[in-house]
Amino acid sequence: MGLLNGLKDSVTRVTERLFSASEPKRIGIYGPPNAGKTTLANRIARDWTGDAIGPESHIPHETRRARRKENVDIERNGKTVSIDIVDTPGVTTKVDYKEFLEHDMEKDDAVRRSREATEGVAEAMHWLREDVEGVIYVLDSTEDPFTQVNTMLIGIIESQELPVLILANKIDCEDSNIQRISNAFPQHETIPLSALEGDNMDEVYDKIAEYFA
Amino acid sequence: MPEATPTDPDAGDGDDGVQIDLISGERMENLTSMEKIRTVLDAVHEGNIVILEEGLAPDEESKLIEVTMSEISPDGFNGIEIETYPKAQTADTSFLGRLMGKEETKKLTVIGPANQIQTLHKDENLISALVSRR
Repeated sequence: MGLLNGLKDSVTRVTERLFSASEPKRIGIYGPPNAGKTTLANRIARDWTGDAIGPESHIPHETRRARRKENVDIERNGKTVSIDIVDTPGVTTKVDYKEFLEHDMEKDDAVRRSREATEGVAEAMHWLREDVEGVIYVLDSTEDPFTQVNTMLIGIIESQELPVLILANKIDCEDSNIQRISNAFPQHETIPLSALEGDNMDEVYDKIAEYFA
Repeated sequence: MPEATPTDPDAGDGDDGVQIDLISGERMENLTSMEKIRTVLDAVHEGNIVILEEGLAPDEESKLIEVTMSEISPDGFNGIEIETYPKAQTADTSFLGRLMGKEETKKLTVIGPANQIQTLHKDENLISALVSRR
């Protein structure tokens, strides 16, 4: 009987997982280094769970491991959208430890940071191919969006047929240019925000609910 | 198919300039993803600039970034510079389109060592890059 009950429980669990509407979707926060991904992840996590995800910094590659915050329940229009947020390391095609020396870092620390950064980028790519079900793509609206990393990543996301929300971050900065991002990716909607100041987060949450529900 | 590899050591002395490997789509089409990535990265490690007539598929680009990261070393190889034209908006990327073989992934792609190639300008129709010797 024990075996039969165990089998029944397993079948029930699998059935619940297959048909549960409330199963959280894993949403990866992607983008180039220093776009404000962790600032956004912390803003979302703090707004809906009270906790942060990871440390923020102006030094590139502060996030060198993908971090997941589970069961973030976002309430919109009387409904709850449950997601797991995956904050990923900034994606790049090159890492030179000498860049970190410019941030008053000793050589040993800079070399260690660059090694961890390369592992982090590889990990982020692996998550994108295997483990995320939707993407929030964060861009610094003060920077030129026409970079190869952005072109490639958006191409990879589109080829996986993942829903993607493009966010133009840092609109609180004087030289922010949202239109430049809209022009670079006309096939997607661009939502402006300042993750640091919390500007336009209501629209961001509306769109998260719309795209990832 | 000739047996010579793009990085044939007998092909010339690389000290005098920068070797450019223009690789045809035909040469790449029968290679596996990993063979394509190795073809590119082996040449780039030699300090060569690789120009792919038909580029890589998105999944291969993703793996190229991953493998590149695993090969970066302090005071040695510090990664790649890669440039392609942004994908044409008219390309059929739907599931049905891909199923019917209509997906447009062919795009001229330039790849080189990050410390030797610098992109000067890029838009939908033009990629301008500065290449230097090691």
